[in-house]
Amino acid sequence: MAYITPVLPEIIVLTMACVILLADLFWRRRFKGLMYGVSQATLVGAGFAAYHMLGDAPTVIFHGMVVGDRLSAIFQIAIFMLTIGVLAYSRTYIAERGVFRSEYFVLALTGVVGMCVMVSAAHFLSLYLGLELLSLSLYALIAMQRDSIGATEAAMKYFVLGALASGLLLYGMSMLYGATGSLRITQVASVLATLPPHNLVATLGLVFVLSGLAFKLGAVPFHMWIPDVYEGAPTAVTLYVSTAPKVAAFALFLRLLVEGLHGLSGAWQEMLVMLAVLSMGVGNVVAIAQTNMKRMLAYSAIAHMGFLLMGVLSARVGGYADALFYALVYAFMSLGAFGIIILLSRKGFEAERLEDLRGLHRRSPWYAWMMLLFMFSMAGIPPTIGFYAKLAVIQAAVSAGFYGLAVVAVLFSVIGAFYYLRIVKLMFFDAPVDAAPLRKAGDLRWLLSVNGVAMLLAAPWAGTLIAICRAAVRGLP
Amino acid sequence: MTFEDAIFYFFAAVLLGSAAMVVTIRNPVKSALFLVLAFVSAACLWMLLKAEFLAIVLVLVYVGAVMVLFLFVVMMIDVNLAVLRQGFADYLPVGGLVAVLMVAEIALAVGPKQFAAGRLAHAATHVAHPHYSNTRALGMLLYTTYVYPFEIAAVILLVAIIAAIALTMRRRPDTKYQDPARQVEVRAQDRMRIVKMRTEPKA
Repeated sequence: MAYITPVLPEIIVLTMACVILLADLFWRRRFKGLMYGVSQATLVGAGFAAYHMLGDAPTVIFHGMVVGDRLSAIFQIAIFMLTIGVLAYSRTYIAERGVFRSEYFVLALTGVVGMCVMVSAAHFLSLYLGLELLSLSLYALIAMQRDSIGATEAAMKYFVLGALASGLLLYGMSMLYGATGSLRITQVASVLATLPPHNLVATLGLVFVLSGLAFKLGAVPFHMWIPDVYEGAPTAVTLYVSTAPKVAAFALFLRLLVEGLHGLSGAWQEMLVMLAVLSMGVGNVVAIAQTNMKRMLAYSAIAHMGFLLMGVLSARVGGYADALFYALVYAFMSLGAFGIIILLSRKGFEAERLEDLRGLHRRSPWYAWMMLLFMFSMAGIPPTIGFYAKLAVIQAAVSAGFYGLAVVAVLFSVIGAFYYLRIVKLMFFDAPVDAAPLRKAGDLRWLLSVNGVAMLLAAPWAGTLIAICRAAVRGLP
Repeated sequence: MTFEDAIFYFFAAVLLGSAAMVVTIRNPVKSALFLVLAFVSAACLWMLLKAEFLAIVLVLVYVGAVMVLFLFVVMMIDVNLAVLRQGFADYLPVGGLVAVLMVAEIALAVGPKQFAAGRLAHAATHVAHPHYSNTRALGMLLYTTYVYPFEIAAVILLVAIIAAIALTMRRRPDTKYQDPARQVEVRAQDRMRIVKMRTEPKA
């Protein structure tokens, strides 16, 4: 049994996805919400399985394909929690748009399996296959709403560009295989350590791998797909794309760059500095010009990825922990912000424009305050948790000697504060243009409130959370 | 140059030439046929590497199944080349520049300096014994060392099936369709109203 525990969460989720697929044939009409309930129960169960792995010693199974360590357990728990939130937030939204079908939940669950495979990969092959499993599920989820032209266009764009990025990643992996003769991440690392520095083949492989990874994370200049996909996809799917897959893409950085290519850290540090500065710059500046809220949050996501990369490019264990903390905090902030958009939407109406937030304080003071917390947290205003996350990654950059980068980051976060605060202004000081009552769904309101309050109440425990992240990345070089 | 080298260069030239034709030729059916030629030459190259099973599978699966389906699709849909080629000249300078840069980089990295026969310490120095079976060796690897990626690949195929069905099996609101069950259930009274009328009096 011990040799299979690291993949137990994946097995649980995958089995239940197949069960849902079959059960749907017989009980679709009799029990309407059954598939939703089973999906959520599956994620909770798999989350407990992952929780039990936290204390285990790192084990490598399946001939070096999978590693079960504290890092993968933390990532998997985060992915399960985020997906539970995503499904709960989107339940009524997808029902109104006619996609409340078992396929929706099955694809969401297979996407989760793909992410779990990615974060626990110890081999280029399993890492790539996990990524493809996730991407394929996402393409299908985005295109599910067939009558929407925007969704079809978004799915098509994502599919074509995603295939290109996968090609880049694979080409880079083949180069690394040519340089080191192995696809196993630990072995690649040990061979790289023996090679002379500036190995041309390995460096070229690194460039391609990094391009593929930056695309999946959505860092400038590989960000073009993010605004279009976020805007075109149904908000429920945007919510999914913008939370757990970001965390999983960050895990790829840790697994590939840090674990596998630590020998080339000098080279990838320089590349990451460029990616980080460009992402923070383009993301924060272009977000100001947006009138569509989903597009604005897309550019904000690009900017956040720039901050995230600051933790990675410090190339030291403390920085990885800070980046991990940032990724988790960002995913929960994004979950909440898109949750508010879902709360404001209703059948036949998408609350996408910034105007739709006008006067939210008069319509519902409580949720206006929740949105304020999400925006403050994204802007990095104390005492929200987002402040500590930004502080941590900037400290990581400073401690690694990147003073200029830290200054640039602070400047761009000030610029970014403008568009977050504009939303607060619209909500609290403008008259409402849309007087319809908010969505009634109980679970959405409940979880959204917990999510919002957590932005504030988790702040005193920021140190504890960072300590947990430190413990998770301790095994990294 | 040995005879084997000559064969290699011949098939490599055919492969590159047909691949270039795939992207440059105007007629999509001919383009697909050139892709078939490219696959067959690649299979011959694999044969030279003594990967017989892979070579046969490439011909069977890609040429026999995938490309035939592809040809069907190309012949059935009306591909408007004029629309497809719109903006080709506009994108050519940027695309060409990127392509030239990439080729230069790759040529620098993947030259004989790095990949010469003697330079790869880890290159396979496997000498096959007389009863060595390529297929058997692949099967053993696939179901032992690589069983985990193999299973994940199976899940990817499952997701592809689910996605294809979820995206295409739907009731379009604007299509009209016949329901035979309802058609046979219909009674004369539902469709036809018999009106009793007095006959017209003779004038």
